[in-house]
Amino acid sequence: MRHLLSMADLDRAEILRILDTAVTMHEVQHREVKKLPTLRGRTIINFFFEDSTRTRSSFELAGKWMSADTINLTGKGTSVSKGESLRDTVRTIDAMGVDMMVIRHMASGAPAQIAQWTGCSIVNAGDGTHEHPSQALLDAYTMRARLGDLEGRHVAIVGDLTHSRVLRSNLLCLRSLGARVTLVAPPTLMPSGIGPWSDTDGFATSYELDDVLPSVDAVMMLRVQRERMGGGFFPTAREYAVTYGLTTARLRRLPEHAVICHPGPMNRGLEISGDAADAAQSLVLDQVSAGVAVRMSILYHLLAGEGSDQ
Amino acid sequence: MSSATTTPLVVTGADLLGQGVQDILVVDGHIAALGADAREQAPAGAQQLHADGMVALPGLVDLHTHLREPGREDAETIATGSAAAAAGGYTAVFAMANTSPVTDTAEAAERVLDLGQRAGYVDVHPVGAVTKELAGLELAELGLMARSRARVRVFSDDGRCVHDARLMRRALEYVKAFDGVVSQHAQDPQLADGTACCHEGELSGRLGLPGWPGVAEESIVARDVMLARHTGSRVHIAHVSTAGSVEVVRWAKAQGIAVTAEVTPHHLMLTTDLLTGYDPVYKVNPPLRPAEDVEALRTALADGTIDIVATDHAPHVRQDKEHAFTDAAFGMLGLEQALAVVTTTMVTTGRMGWADVARVMSAAPAAIARLRTQGQGLVVGAPANIALVDPAREVTVDSATSQSLSRNNPWHGRTLTGAVHLTLLRGDVTAREGLVWGGAA
Repeated sequence: MRHLLSMADLDRAEILRILDTAVTMHEVQHREVKKLPTLRGRTIINFFFEDSTRTRSSFELAGKWMSADTINLTGKGTSVSKGESLRDTVRTIDAMGVDMMVIRHMASGAPAQIAQWTGCSIVNAGDGTHEHPSQALLDAYTMRARLGDLEGRHVAIVGDLTHSRVLRSNLLCLRSLGARVTLVAPPTLMPSGIGPWSDTDGFATSYELDDVLPSVDAVMMLRVQRERMGGGFFPTAREYAVTYGLTTARLRRLPEHAVICHPGPMNRGLEISGDAADAAQSLVLDQVSAGVAVRMSILYHLLAGEGSDQ
Repeated sequence: MSSATTTPLVVTGADLLGQGVQDILVVDGHIAALGADAREQAPAGAQQLHADGMVALPGLVDLHTHLREPGREDAETIATGSAAAAAGGYTAVFAMANTSPVTDTAEAAERVLDLGQRAGYVDVHPVGAVTKELAGLELAELGLMARSRARVRVFSDDGRCVHDARLMRRALEYVKAFDGVVSQHAQDPQLADGTACCHEGELSGRLGLPGWPGVAEESIVARDVMLARHTGSRVHIAHVSTAGSVEVVRWAKAQGIAVTAEVTPHHLMLTTDLLTGYDPVYKVNPPLRPAEDVEALRTALADGTIDIVATDHAPHVRQDKEHAFTDAAFGMLGLEQALAVVTTTMVTTGRMGWADVARVMSAAPAAIARLRTQGQGLVVGAPANIALVDPAREVTVDSATSQSLSRNNPWHGRTLTGAVHLTLLRGDVTAREGLVWGGAA
């Protein structure tokens, strides 16, 4: 394994290996001295072309706790506007002799293109509306910690699906882990081609959250950006919250064992009520905590693990 | 060309339009005789050009080319683009107006004409902008462009859609005065804005790329054929890419509406799944479509619903393609491979004969543009604009050997059937085996 560009790059065994290693890393995270020598002498660039707080700090901590030299770069605005091609931008950094670039980019597919243009390991830390593999891995880690094996478990993913990279990575990851997935959103927020896509990949879709909730083991609420209303994706925040939000009333109808995930940042009162966000069933902070451990595991497997590009 | 062919030329052994071997006698840049007459009338000392096994086609005419001059001479110049055209068997090209500055005045149009003549590889005819600076707000000086030395008859804001219905209506009405035609880039900007870059469907959903739905094209095609009916004007639909557009055009033709349509070589062969790796060489507008659309386009070209093949040759410098997919420039090269793509997709599959190829790549585009000097076919008295094609030769495309300044060639590495052996413009050799010949000094 040289890059992590898409969850499609990982088979079930590889996913489980990363999640198992993350358990060990999670223990390190709770030590007083959080430092492993594993990646000493390795250089990781966190190259964020788009704003990010939690993903960037999570990758940065993961690198530092593994003793890698990490540098954060931001590339605000497209390289087009700066007059330099993306290829030139990343090849310039690559030429300094880095081992890995962790890429966040507003354009779908940019990490895959960068992997073609450079010689270092590339980790996709979120590309446009395409994928966010480390998020899907930490979601799986968190759900497994509470629910055990996800084989046969029912996971509902609810919200702005068409614009969500978290959705796309989770679909691939949950499928590999044998979970049963139902996507819930109004038709305007379903991704293009969802009919044939769901047929091919074997997941369900629904426009009715209340039909789906009684049978879920986990419900993943995705952020709905208020600016989508301008594009006419749905009429009002009120209507959205009533029809697709995890309201307090819906929280009460959720099976007792079922867990609630949200990749953040949350719009309390829109896709998730405050009660649901703070409920005992909510894994929101567990997800953040697991994020560092899972990313340590990813760095380990790409830079130091078996079959890595050493 | 540097000199008119003073020495008469006899082309022997070529199969004319696949309808039988006939010799071609070329005297003073014209076809002087065919068949037995050509042999008999050939004067002693005439040059012989042995073309056994070749198919002779009339010089090809491209109604849709981007030559980038003026403005982006680093991507293509009128000279290099017309050299690529000659290498591809073309003897005339129509240069789209979206240069910098835009071809929206008589002076700008004449300059394109003159630069084309100076290059000398093919006849370069400017397409005039429909609206000033392609802004879509007010009509450009269509009449003055029509009256200029460039005799502009084709008008297009290509790259942008004339989406204002009232303006489109006025443009269609206005160009009737000089038998002009509006070539519409059919893209409703509300349904497919500038970021749309992947056919909207399962793949755009999976890749997370902004979708370009077929309906954004089809709704404009439907509107414009109704406007053409209402105004009694001619409308031409550029780069038709969907089965739905084909259905609308088919219906409109059955009503007697004066609509013509073109398909590009890439929409005849390449499908949307090529975008899977996010390689910007496959980023084009309108986007590559699924196989069902490609099949509908081939059927429509064969049955005459689509009138012509036009390249939409769109050169870009390397760095304009080396961005993230959504940021990279739209467009791909086409002039040098167009005939081979048509041969591969339409001729070797038995869907069209060579006479059909001559119609869709020479006679019909010339007729749409009301071009008098090209597209007459291989008949006695016509200018000797001839493409000799090696019909069965398989060629693996190497973008590095192109005459174009740019390398955004989607055919690179593909093996295509059919190779242009030689191109004659009014009797003079302009290209042979992909290499250009002379040109005006």
